[in-house]
Amino acid sequence: MVQRTNLVEMSGVGVRRGGRWLVRGVDFTISPGEIVTLIGPNGSGKSTTAKTAIGLMKADEGVVSRKADLTIGYVPQKLAIDWTLPLSVRRLMTLTGNQPRAEIDQALEAVGIAHLADAEVQHLSGGEFQRALMARAMVRRPDLLILDEPVQGVDFSGEIELYDLIKQIRDRTGCGILLISHDLHVVMAETDTVICLNGHVCCRGAPEIVAKSPEYLQLFGARAASTLAVYSHNHDHTHLPDGRVKHADGSVTDHCHPDDGHHHDHAGEHHHHADGASVTAHKHEDGHKGHHHAG
Amino acid sequence: MLDDFFTRALLAGIGVAITVGPLGCFIVWRRMAYFGDTMAHSALLGVAIAFLFDINLMVGVFVVAALVSSALLLLQRRQSLSTDALLGILSHSTLALGLVMVAFMTWVRIDLMGFLFGDILAVSRTDIAFIWGGGALVLAGVAWLWRPLLASTVNAELAEAEGMHPERARVAFMLLMALLIAIAMKIVGILLITSLLIIPAATARRFSGTPEMMAVMASLIGVVAVVSGLFGSLQFDTPSGPSIVVAALALFLVSQIAPVVRRSGPQPQEGGRR
Repeated sequence: MVQRTNLVEMSGVGVRRGGRWLVRGVDFTISPGEIVTLIGPNGSGKSTTAKTAIGLMKADEGVVSRKADLTIGYVPQKLAIDWTLPLSVRRLMTLTGNQPRAEIDQALEAVGIAHLADAEVQHLSGGEFQRALMARAMVRRPDLLILDEPVQGVDFSGEIELYDLIKQIRDRTGCGILLISHDLHVVMAETDTVICLNGHVCCRGAPEIVAKSPEYLQLFGARAASTLAVYSHNHDHTHLPDGRVKHADGSVTDHCHPDDGHHHDHAGEHHHHADGASVTAHKHEDGHKGHHHAG
Repeated sequence: MLDDFFTRALLAGIGVAITVGPLGCFIVWRRMAYFGDTMAHSALLGVAIAFLFDINLMVGVFVVAALVSSALLLLQRRQSLSTDALLGILSHSTLALGLVMVAFMTWVRIDLMGFLFGDILAVSRTDIAFIWGGGALVLAGVAWLWRPLLASTVNAELAEAEGMHPERARVAFMLLMALLIAIAMKIVGILLITSLLIIPAATARRFSGTPEMMAVMASLIGVVAVVSGLFGSLQFDTPSGPSIVVAALALFLVSQIAPVVRRSGPQPQEGGRR
């Protein structure tokens, strides 16, 4: 079912827990060397989507297929290691599998913390620890690297360094990368596809490379501008605080799941106009029609 | 040699101390002290049931402790009460149930103090065989589960994403705990088992650079505590179970005062920014 080139393929995936749809209608693929960034506010289903992609959560609808024997490297979001656990950076590297010492040293060298190999992980700074976790995932030679909010709690220059590092890891190993970020506007420049989630796919597209734009060069600085990119959302609706979805006048309104928990009685707010339809929007429409019939 | 009650006590105590070290480390790392306490308390219910059905004490204790921990796992999934409250309910109700049941069984004479605080001086050859046999089983299980347990202690999602089965490891860990409690009950007693799990592991932290080393150190420190506690109890004519715990406490206090061998301290994420 999976094309030879795709590591993960999701189509029409929805996950339901406790009678509520956490996320619905998710379609995307990741192929080797590709970077997919999932963005969205808290509770929008980013982590659920990523977990479903790698099989930690079961999809309640739709199809998820993965390449056989997919090796995954996982960089978790928050990691609080009890200080009673004596864990050096070097020991962290072999947490889920033995690795040759030379490759561990190489990975630590690559992320720039070779000098901290024998330090206890509890003594690392946020950025150093994030690098250690990346080296750990990298030394597994994964086909697919999952990074859950890797730049959270890291300052601006640290963020750029980490994105640089992710790019290097991709270039060096050729792995596919699934990045989760809560930053709705600034993404890693190397991202091939941005997917904006909020219970469903709100919009998707490629980020705008801003490296050449003088305004952004001034705003970000030359180095940052080549690492970061701006993602312009193409939403046809807004999510209200009470969970309802408000559709903007003059936009295509195909993101309606009558039973997905995001829509209560708000039929009056829907304005069906076809003139603003983009190619992506049409794709969604097709995908969602199926749900209407199924539901 | 085994004719001497004191030699038997030493052998039994050392066997338990070696077994308890690695499990105690996981209890400390995963902050499961109250969980260990709950399983230990349920042992008295196991004792009562063993007497009621006239089965082997260790078997009764193992079965009840395993059942209580699976009940806890199921209740946690329902997410109605916090784990803390659930543990409180299970811990004290199983202890109380055991005490009440024992009181009803007027036809058996049960030395309640022996079960609550240990009766190491009364261990038989069979007890020693059970302790060393069961202990070897527990240690083999821990060795077998070491990697998934350690990985899920660091982060369960990470372990699962990278092909391990943290949930399976967790269930197996609970069974090992139940087995440990069954064999350790006679040494320090139901109320003091947790101390033998936690104090040697906490003492070992100071002197260990890797998780594996800490597990071995915890076993060694446990052995020292058992031996010195038993000799102390002989010397000062004090109850043996509590004497072992006091010896473990003394070692812990000394380790805290002793000069720091390697840098460590309760300041995660700070203090070490190079």
